[in-house]
Amino acid sequence: MAATLLSVAAKSAAGRDSAVARAVDALPQVRTNLSSPERWVSLAAGGALFGLGFDGRGPGLLSCLAGTYLLYRAATGNCLAYQALGFSTSDATAPASVIAAEHGTRVEHVVTVMKPADQVYRFWRDFENLPRFMTHLVDVDTTTDGRSRWVAKGPLGLQVEWEAELLTDTPNRVIAWKSVDGSDVDTAGSVRFTDLPHGQGTEVRVELKYDPPGGKVGSAVARLFGENPDRQVREDLRRFKQILETGETPTTEGQPHGRR
Amino acid sequence: MRALCWRGQKNVAVERVPDPKILNPRDAIVRITTTAICGSDLHLYDGYIPTMKAGDILGHEFMGVVEETGRGVTHVRKGDRVVVPFTIACGGCFFCKRELYSACDNSNPNAEVADTAYGYGGSSLFGYSHMFGGYAGGQAEFARVPFADVGLFKVPAHLPDEKVLFLTDIFPTGYMAAENCNIHPGDTVAVWGCGPVGLFAIKSAFLLGAHRVIGIDYVEGRLRMARDLCGAEVVNFEKVDLYGWLDDKTGGRGPDACIDAVGMEAHGTNLAAVLDRVKAFAHLATDRPQALRQAIMACRKGGTVSIPGVYGGLLDKLPMGAAFGKGLTFKMGQTHVHKYVPKLLARIEKGEIDPSFLITHRYNLSDAAEAYHRFATQQDEYVKVVLKP
Repeated sequence: MAATLLSVAAKSAAGRDSAVARAVDALPQVRTNLSSPERWVSLAAGGALFGLGFDGRGPGLLSCLAGTYLLYRAATGNCLAYQALGFSTSDATAPASVIAAEHGTRVEHVVTVMKPADQVYRFWRDFENLPRFMTHLVDVDTTTDGRSRWVAKGPLGLQVEWEAELLTDTPNRVIAWKSVDGSDVDTAGSVRFTDLPHGQGTEVRVELKYDPPGGKVGSAVARLFGENPDRQVREDLRRFKQILETGETPTTEGQPHGRR
Repeated sequence: MRALCWRGQKNVAVERVPDPKILNPRDAIVRITTTAICGSDLHLYDGYIPTMKAGDILGHEFMGVVEETGRGVTHVRKGDRVVVPFTIACGGCFFCKRELYSACDNSNPNAEVADTAYGYGGSSLFGYSHMFGGYAGGQAEFARVPFADVGLFKVPAHLPDEKVLFLTDIFPTGYMAAENCNIHPGDTVAVWGCGPVGLFAIKSAFLLGAHRVIGIDYVEGRLRMARDLCGAEVVNFEKVDLYGWLDDKTGGRGPDACIDAVGMEAHGTNLAAVLDRVKAFAHLATDRPQALRQAIMACRKGGTVSIPGVYGGLLDKLPMGAAFGKGLTFKMGQTHVHKYVPKLLARIEKGEIDPSFLITHRYNLSDAAEAYHRFATQQDEYVKVVLKP
């Protein structure tokens, strides 16, 4: 996670299309492929070996190097040997979900929009509409084969981008997507549309999960800067409803007032 | 343009501010020809409404001529003469479609604040604090009106401004208060507060078939208007034992419906009223519901208490036991103005009512600060103040 944060920071500082960004993208991926117990064992063993290497009684330099590697293993959750073998014991990369149950942030909200389900579905399905109501999104470009490129405002003023793929697309019922493997941000989302009887509109239930750069620390930092994910999604949905029901979002920005 | 701006508690001033601009496709700009000060503006003036900012433009009773429209506006155009409901409604949400316009879901840019305070917040209002949307008001030369197709009502050329201006708020508010009483022929309705809303409630109760209407106040000038211009029996609650008086006048049964057209800044002389002032001063309660307490206690069994008076926060010592014991019905809330404008405009056109009877004073907009001061301090004489930009 620390590696991801560094990579995002470097790309953000140098610009998305810069040589730095390309070089960072070319670096081998540091994937979490260790389970939590293994990381704790690595931390304990690595710390001990590192200590021994310094006090002169143990095998010196070799001990320091081995200790350093174990500490890296503990800090990143990445085992180079596992990675070379294409092997993982991590709970974070279980095949069912991009984000394990205990990781990241999960937000769910519901809103009822006074429009028929097909219209509500179509507006959401065009992902390029999303930045109109999701204010943390800068841009979404749909590319080919159901993929899309998302650019968002991240914590500390950084820009984060990732590619997403469609998991499910049942017209007027449900859309689900997730970030492709190896993205800076692990994220997944789904939106379900329920047509209500007697012209009562469409219930829209949104579930978003994401593991922001910096993990839980990252989302804590993001909160400090006012980007409370729960509130963010609730207000995004309010704007979504406003656009569909009225064609605009209400504002007073730019209206006159007297001396403040 | 010139606009009346809120500066702080008991401090308003006419200032030069920029002209309003179209900000959204469904906006219109209205050149204001007549505007008024509402009794509820005094709640702002007295500093009772939170989320005000210095420099906010006040005013929610205004009318004029359409000056400019956004590209999404189709039902009105430049030159149309219009009245503007004080509640801002989108016309497309669940609530607007049920004619509950003051519960509109989509007009408040600060809906989160109102949701936090009330569970679910209502519509925005012009010139009435940031919790209610923060929209600039109409005590000015121009105003921007969102959702103009829904929020502007054309008025016929032969009706002068002063006859239709009060369709923006107080006439529909008094009318809805009376309609909420579910009046049957022969009913007696008691109205607390003979200010503009109370006077319109009295007139409306008669229009809706009430047999007798009783006006209750302590300001003699207002009681005279209720009696002479609206046909009510009147009583000064400071001079009688109100419950005994009402009981006697209703044959020992109590009024069929009671309207609280006073709201959160009720005046009173008994111990509870004095305690209310102390608590409000000490921030232990926000509202002083003396009129509401009396209305609940005086109402007959199975009757209706209708509340057009504005409440904002927490009420203390409300006799819920009496309300429950008598099986009262409560009806209240901001007026669904949009629902009432067409039918009340028709009544004005037919000559059933001339709302201009209410106007006691006319000021130029430039002197609006003076008008506020007098309206707040000389209630005996100042009932309704109209401003000309």
